[in-house]
Amino acid sequence: MNAALDFVAAIGRGVLGACLVTGRLALFGLNGLSHWVRPPFYGRMFLRALIEIGYFSLPVVALTAVFTGMVLALQSSTGLSRFAADSAVASLVVLSVTRELGPVLAGLMVAGRVGAAMAAEIGTMRVTDQIDALTTLSTNPMKYLVAPRLLAGLIALPLLVVIADILGVLGGFIIAILKLGFNSGIYLNNTLNFLETQDVVSGLAKAAVFGFLISLMGCYHGYNSRGGAQGVGAATTSAVVAASVLILAFDYVLTELFFAR
Amino acid sequence: MRDEARPANGSPAIAAVPKIRLRGLTKRFGDKLVLDGIDLDVMARTSMVVIGGSGSGKSVLLKCILGLIEPDAGSIEIDGQDVLKLDREAREAVRNRIGMLFQNGALFDSLPVWENVAFGLLARHKASRAEARARAIEVLAQVGLAASVGDLWPAELSGGMQKRVALARAIAAQPDILFFDEPTTGLDPIMGAVIDGLIVDCVKRLGSTAVAITHDMASARRIGDRAAMIHKGRIIWEGPATALMDSGNPVVDQFTHGRREGPIQMELRR
Repeated sequence: MNAALDFVAAIGRGVLGACLVTGRLALFGLNGLSHWVRPPFYGRMFLRALIEIGYFSLPVVALTAVFTGMVLALQSSTGLSRFAADSAVASLVVLSVTRELGPVLAGLMVAGRVGAAMAAEIGTMRVTDQIDALTTLSTNPMKYLVAPRLLAGLIALPLLVVIADILGVLGGFIIAILKLGFNSGIYLNNTLNFLETQDVVSGLAKAAVFGFLISLMGCYHGYNSRGGAQGVGAATTSAVVAASVLILAFDYVLTELFFAR
Repeated sequence: MRDEARPANGSPAIAAVPKIRLRGLTKRFGDKLVLDGIDLDVMARTSMVVIGGSGSGKSVLLKCILGLIEPDAGSIEIDGQDVLKLDREAREAVRNRIGMLFQNGALFDSLPVWENVAFGLLARHKASRAEARARAIEVLAQVGLAASVGDLWPAELSGGMQKRVALARAIAAQPDILFFDEPTTGLDPIMGAVIDGLIVDCVKRLGSTAVAITHDMASARRIGDRAAMIHKGRIIWEGPATALMDSGNPVVDQFTHGRREGPIQMELRR
């Protein structure tokens, strides 16, 4: 009987804990968002975050996109050729990349690179009193550290995904032409014929949400880190894990919203 | 044991309203009662040194006055105004009048030294970047640092230089209240004395009211006009800083002389 009660109590504690964290996250996010419309604005901090998230993530996102496109073409051609449906390779590659793989893989790569760096930087500022120092110097840390990063995440990731989409399709094209023997004109024609605006737009909307989530997780875990180097390490891990899981969860929710009929 | 009636610095007691007046300040973290009804007055243009063991609540006390931590009960009056009852903007205005030197400097490592020093000026849009830079170099000179240091990064500085830069940052906006959190911790004795000298100079030059927390007795006597000891969340003694070493209070005497035996029992796990 006691064991059963303990079990139920543990579930209850878990649910309450999850509610608590969700509430805190929502308040933190809304607080950060509210500073987008309340001056003063820190343009330099925004540009710094934009370059950090967008520009410096380009190589890793580009490589991921090219190889994903190449693998997609290779895999789909071996699968589709069994049904004599080789001509669908082009459309399969372009739809997979724009709708799903572009935003999700770019999101996961940026979460690992930027989410971790953000949590580590803000977490170190927290444990070395730099965040308190900001407050004593007439600067709201939510406005100075968090709001610019949230906005930069929201804007940078769609820009990265535009490039990832192009490079992903290019990767598929290279393999289709050089290895699978497709005619380049027909391949490109198939690519463009099956692509609709909504495919690209939905992917970019996903990217914007993912970018916001990555920044939110990096800032939240860094901002609330405690207890020296170990606390900052834990914050970094939590930021990356939480951002990655949320990207995959929100990917499903957004896909349901965009495409479920 | 408290000798509240005695005027600070020999000035007449009718100077009435203290610059900072704390009454019944209480703060609890979970089960741990950190501040247990702190009463303390700091008169204008005097320096108060608060001593106490590690974990006695000294830093929490400063953070409560600064508004970084919300106390559970009590009042904090600055110039006779209870800051806990003010709205957010008015509290920010009060905070703008306070400069703080953090224990480890808390310099922003992503900004060069001059931007650290001029941060408050830039944040309040009181100066253009060029003006702020000129002002930063002026303040750096006041703490004995050359203009060339302004272009270095905090990580390139020694501990003593970081403390000087942090002091420069605290005084750059010419605050009328200055807080110092363990200003000499981590410095060698000579550098500690140099920093204390700079602190006294700056406080005198600005005509500020200063509160310093420390457990360095030499530093306490150099910086303070008055001293108070915090123990188990309460102020157990207050008097002139010159009386620190022979206060007549057994707890204070054990602490200031660093005796192992006495009324203070170290909380050790057995």
